[in-house]
Amino acid sequence: MKEHSLFHKVTIGIIVLWLLLFALIPNIIMFVVSFMEYDSSSFVKAVFTLDNYKQFFSDNYFKIFINSFKIAAIATALCLIIGYPFAYILARSKSKYKGLLALLVVIPYWTSALIRTYAISYMLAANGLINTILIKIGIIDAPLKLLYTEGAVIFGFVYTLLPFMILPLYATIEKFDFKYVEAAQDLGASKLKTFYHIILPLTSPGIIAGVVLVFLPALGLFYIPSLLGGGKTMMVSNIIQEQFTTSVIQNWPLGSAASVLITVVMGLMIWAYYKSSKSFQTKVL
Amino acid sequence: MKTSKLQWSYIFFVYVFLYLPLIVLIVFSFNDAPTGAVWKGFSLRWYEKLFHSSTLISGLINSLIIGISSATLVTIIGTLSAVTLFRFKFFGKNFIISLLYILIMSPEIIMGISLLLLFKFLSLSLGFQTLLITHITLCLPFVMAVLFTRLSNFDIHIIEAAKDLGANELQTFFHIILPSIFPAVVVAWILSFTISMDDSICAFFTSGPRFEILPQKIYAMVRTGVKPEVNALSTIIFGVSMLIVIVTQIMLKERKR
Amino acid sequence: MEKQEVLVELRQVNKSFDGKSVLNNLDLKIYNGEFLTILGPSGCGKTTTLRLIAGFEHADSGDIILNGKRINNIPANNREVHTVFQNYALFPHMTVFDNIAFGLKMHKVPKTEIKDKVMEVLRIVKLEEFIDRKPHQLSGGQQQRVALARALVNKPLVLLLDEPLSALDASLRINMQKELKQLQRKLGITFVLVTHDREEALSMSDRVIVMNQGIIEQCGTPKNLYEEPNSIFVASFIGDVNVLKGEVLGFEDNLVKAKVEGRICNIKTKKQLNIGDKFTLLLRPEDMRIEKLSEHPDTEGLMVGNIETKIYKGATLDTTIKLNNGTIIKASEFFDEEYEDFDYNMNEQVSVGWVSGWEVILKDERA
Repeated sequence: MKEHSLFHKVTIGIIVLWLLLFALIPNIIMFVVSFMEYDSSSFVKAVFTLDNYKQFFSDNYFKIFINSFKIAAIATALCLIIGYPFAYILARSKSKYKGLLALLVVIPYWTSALIRTYAISYMLAANGLINTILIKIGIIDAPLKLLYTEGAVIFGFVYTLLPFMILPLYATIEKFDFKYVEAAQDLGASKLKTFYHIILPLTSPGIIAGVVLVFLPALGLFYIPSLLGGGKTMMVSNIIQEQFTTSVIQNWPLGSAASVLITVVMGLMIWAYYKSSKSFQTKVL
Repeated sequence: MKTSKLQWSYIFFVYVFLYLPLIVLIVFSFNDAPTGAVWKGFSLRWYEKLFHSSTLISGLINSLIIGISSATLVTIIGTLSAVTLFRFKFFGKNFIISLLYILIMSPEIIMGISLLLLFKFLSLSLGFQTLLITHITLCLPFVMAVLFTRLSNFDIHIIEAAKDLGANELQTFFHIILPSIFPAVVVAWILSFTISMDDSICAFFTSGPRFEILPQKIYAMVRTGVKPEVNALSTIIFGVSMLIVIVTQIMLKERKR
Repeated sequence: MEKQEVLVELRQVNKSFDGKSVLNNLDLKIYNGEFLTILGPSGCGKTTTLRLIAGFEHADSGDIILNGKRINNIPANNREVHTVFQNYALFPHMTVFDNIAFGLKMHKVPKTEIKDKVMEVLRIVKLEEFIDRKPHQLSGGQQQRVALARALVNKPLVLLLDEPLSALDASLRINMQKELKQLQRKLGITFVLVTHDREEALSMSDRVIVMNQGIIEQCGTPKNLYEEPNSIFVASFIGDVNVLKGEVLGFEDNLVKAKVEGRICNIKTKKQLNIGDKFTLLLRPEDMRIEKLSEHPDTEGLMVGNIETKIYKGATLDTTIKLNNGTIIKASEFFDEEYEDFDYNMNEQVSVGWVSGWEVILKDERA
């Protein structure tokens, strides 16, 4: 229908305006600011510079940048290793409670991630549950330093983000036609070879979706490294948060540059996801 | 293939991993001791302390205000635009959909700082309004996604039938479209409310010191260690979340019928 | 059908979707009180024509006139035209009563009046006891009736029916055909039905329009279309047909002497033909007559072929004959009292003819 009523014009107008003003323009501003100079009084000075990016790639910021990717990657890998068998077993089970069991994976997601992070810190603390039990049964004498370590941060990410890995995997494996497995075995493939040549490639859209859904938030959830990693600046999200919210530093151009870099990584990952999902003709998201 | 005992036990351990920290938190919210994992007897003192904690209570009130108002506004905006987007082809439709897609994928931290920069650019002082805008933007793609899913199996001829029988645009919307998609609208509201209540990232950038919401208060408290009243609060939040999950599941079931 | 009062008229209507032309300078008249069927293959523009009248599509150019007024710019909700949709499009969240009352409510009819009108129309479609059911609790046929009732309760000037029977199974469809026809007679409302089912079109309509590729191929009564199709397309769309090639040899007392697939015959026609003209001859299978040939026949001036298949159909014996020049002829012969057990052997050589005067001549324009 070509003629639009006023009602439609208004609704379309609101959404377009909203998305332009609060989604597109802010990101453009962020991009522009990342090329500007830092100014201690007004945060930003309208002078073009590449210093923010230079600072990132030379300073020890770069170490943190690399470290963030390392932590996020380890957490993602662990989620995949724990999540794939879980999703596989659940999707293939014939239990009538299957749907309920899948729902149970999502339920923790409905409570605040901050609270879940706090729960982890509560368990890992020097006088927390794990140390207390270990001492009680006599394995150790003094409490282990579990909290405020890189391991704790990784543990926190795996705990918080595991459902995001399991769900797309579950959805893909659930849809997967196991006739292919029978066909492969009929043609003489061993179980391992069947998995490697048939199941893995055909469920890879779910794997990639899961990886994107875990890796990207792991780069952004700043309170996990700051609550579980102690005071140290551990990840790039902490740098960004410090530049924008603490009263001392407030180097907005630097924070913007860090955000632009994260956005670029994000864009690349989504692009990769799209390419792979297209080649398999299936979409999980 | 029958699932073996070994496989079930693996499943079981993953659930233990997912639920144990929350269960520990809930159990120890009733512990008399202020810290530590040693049971000192049942007590409700931390709940009492929670209700006397003006910081947490004011944070909760702010969270509820922002949660209810942003969820309501975003549901209205999202429903109207999802229905219009679904019904009409027009120039720029795909552009809107791709912007929504980018929005849903972009990390909250990026959304937070980019909006902060915009507000600074527009010289808006941070507070309720800026957080409201942030949360509407944050929830908008989710609302649209829920409604698009519902609308995708909506029979377009039903709209034509309504017009054929004399209903104008508004009558068609209120008599035909809205009642058929109403469960999805409720789900969208609940989802937005939950996202707004749980937002522990965007709010740090765009709420400002005058209007801090609950996650910010919790964060400030637990940064320096264990606070038993936060355990109590977490238990309450978990309980309410459970209730919301159950309500949503029932709504979704109704929808399928 | 004495007073031919035009109710709806389409003048020089054009419509295209994404640059693809769907309707091409369409002219169409619908008379008050008639049962008109628009028949054609999918994609011929028949549904688009219906949607233009209903107001769901807008013509690129041309006029759409209802009751003397141009309605191009009147939106669907203000047209006194109602539609029965292919999948009924009943409102799933409303009861039968609310579905039927919807149009009246939209026109602000008083509540008490609504109730009376809904009950009246429910009586007509025989669904009184289903008044409180939701659409999904009804059978396909019942949903169909609700859809009819929902449109009829508003007393439309024209009722548009978009393949209304296509979702029903065969036996139900035949019943509904009869009911629709009776209903239309009883109410006197103009019905415009769109279908691709020729039997539906022939059995229900006062008038049939055959459409193809955005233009009207032919328009007439069912009998008219069946017996005097003006193109091969119409002939073959309306029923089985044999297409034979002929050539004019000469003229004999107002008759055309012609040679058709080898057969020398005299044909009566009003068409202007000259000696040497090529033409096409259309014949229905039931017009064909088959004669057995003797052992050593003189086949000069005859259409001769062999029986290729035969199918016993109860009332008829259907055969296909392959002529010596390769053309396949379909024939359908009735058993009658005189020749109760006539039969053919496979590959038996026969001569094929037809009931003189039942043939249709098309001048060969494509040749």
